[in-house]
Amino acid sequence: MSAVVVIIGAGPAGARAALALAAAGIRPIVIDEQPRSGGQIYRRPAEELRRSHSEVYGEDHQKAFALHSEFDAAAAAGHIDWRPSTTAWAVHENYLHIECAGRPDQIDFDRLLIASGAVERVIPLPNWTLPGTFSLGGAQIALKAHGCAIGERVAFVGTGPLLYLVALQYAQAGADVVGVFDTSPFSRRISSLPAMLARPDMLWRGIRITTALAMRYRVKLRNGIRPVAIRGSDSVEGVAYRDADGRAHEVACTAVGLGYDLRPEVQLADLAGCEIVYDPGSRNWRPHLDAYGRTSVADVYVAGDGAGIAGADAAELAGSLAAHAILVDLGQKISAPTTMLEAHESFHRFRQGIDRAFAAPIDHLREVPADTVLCRCEGVTVKAFKETVAAMGAREINRAKSMTRCGMGRCQGRYCEFAASELLAQMLDLPREEVGRLRAQPPVKPFASSAGQEIRRGDS
Amino acid sequence: MSVAQFKRLKDSARRVIHFSIDGEPCTARAGDSVLSAMMLTGRLIRQSDIDAGFRAGFCLMGACQDCWVWLETGGRIRACTTPIEDGLSIKTNDPDFRT
Repeated sequence: MSAVVVIIGAGPAGARAALALAAAGIRPIVIDEQPRSGGQIYRRPAEELRRSHSEVYGEDHQKAFALHSEFDAAAAAGHIDWRPSTTAWAVHENYLHIECAGRPDQIDFDRLLIASGAVERVIPLPNWTLPGTFSLGGAQIALKAHGCAIGERVAFVGTGPLLYLVALQYAQAGADVVGVFDTSPFSRRISSLPAMLARPDMLWRGIRITTALAMRYRVKLRNGIRPVAIRGSDSVEGVAYRDADGRAHEVACTAVGLGYDLRPEVQLADLAGCEIVYDPGSRNWRPHLDAYGRTSVADVYVAGDGAGIAGADAAELAGSLAAHAILVDLGQKISAPTTMLEAHESFHRFRQGIDRAFAAPIDHLREVPADTVLCRCEGVTVKAFKETVAAMGAREINRAKSMTRCGMGRCQGRYCEFAASELLAQMLDLPREEVGRLRAQPPVKPFASSAGQEIRRGDS
Repeated sequence: MSVAQFKRLKDSARRVIHFSIDGEPCTARAGDSVLSAMMLTGRLIRQSDIDAGFRAGFCLMGACQDCWVWLETGGRIRACTTPIEDGLSIKTNDPDFRT
């Protein structure tokens, strides 16, 4: 009987891995929360929307089309055991716990590839919980999946390449983009050029995006800004910021796309027992991997942005490399994919330049007003977090979580861990890695209680 | 006062879907999520359960869990990952919640 290979996630990494395995005669089980493959970056419009690939994905349309059509064909032909609308919520030894339509199940795997992607990083600012403020990725999903802008007049605030890409996609779709407000100073982009030359194609693309925004769409681009607050009472009415010279400004808008680059989703790798390491360049935690995506746990592999942010092109390569490793580890004799390894490595060198050019402005946390919400699930303010931590003496983020409830809510720390950890490190004057990271807890996402009832029935 | 509201840019001429929010009839288009359908009506998603404000979700990809709404027929859904359907009766407050 052939090995059971399970892939979590059907984005660029998971889909490419599945296709490579299928081509080698292995029928992988692929699960994804979404009804269709593509992940978030190549997220597909709802079936009812009639939009061409070139309209939805711009200059990436050929890559998106290839990934979608190859995956659909392999799944339809039965070469991939495709399980859409399914959530992986825990890993225990060689069991993967899943849930689909409220029904729990488990899969006994021989090899597990985790390609679970990334979520937005957030540095909180006053009123960031107001309706109308969405993550940058969310702003992009509204457009790609539903053909909607997140508001009548949209401001993009934060830093990172995604800020410019989403702004351009909005402008191209005819949305009113009131501006891109980037906390990174332009000088950092210049000083990071040597690293970014590892991928001249990506660098040139970034320049083209920025130029199109400024010249063709006349979008206001501001660098080195410091966000002051999102304005509004029941919903977003504007953004207040200070420019690089410290002058105060306000722009009127009805929606904000907010994001400070991405953080890998490492919860499932953590539950699988994989070693998770701190990467000082990106200020993210990620699984420790070899060049192919092997983790510290035999039989478990990680690929794509869940392994460290490097983007969709790198994720496709990482998926193919992980599939290669799985085939080798299952005893197949195949030659080393030298060209692919080199290309993958070049994306990571490029990414080091991006990490420097668009570093998260953690110093802004020192000036965030005390009543700003830090943890949006539990409503923990910066003041409450700081006072409780100081009074009770937490020196580590899991202790701080248990004392303050910051990170204990329904998102399980996805959107507050970054800022809370940086804040704690600042308070204690410690390097960020020394305050640790939130331990993953199953289920890694909440699911409907009917699933839990069935588990209890099954146990009795 | 402005109200947070999505704006339809593309493919508006799809099949009309009839649903309700807290008993008020609303319309959407086939292919909308519950969240986009609600945000297109200009109705904020839900009352926050921790303060006096409203919440309308954040991530739109099933990660932040800030767009939970409830169904008249029982059960809780994540508005951003649930497709809108004809006849769906949405409640913006947890029917089981008692203060």
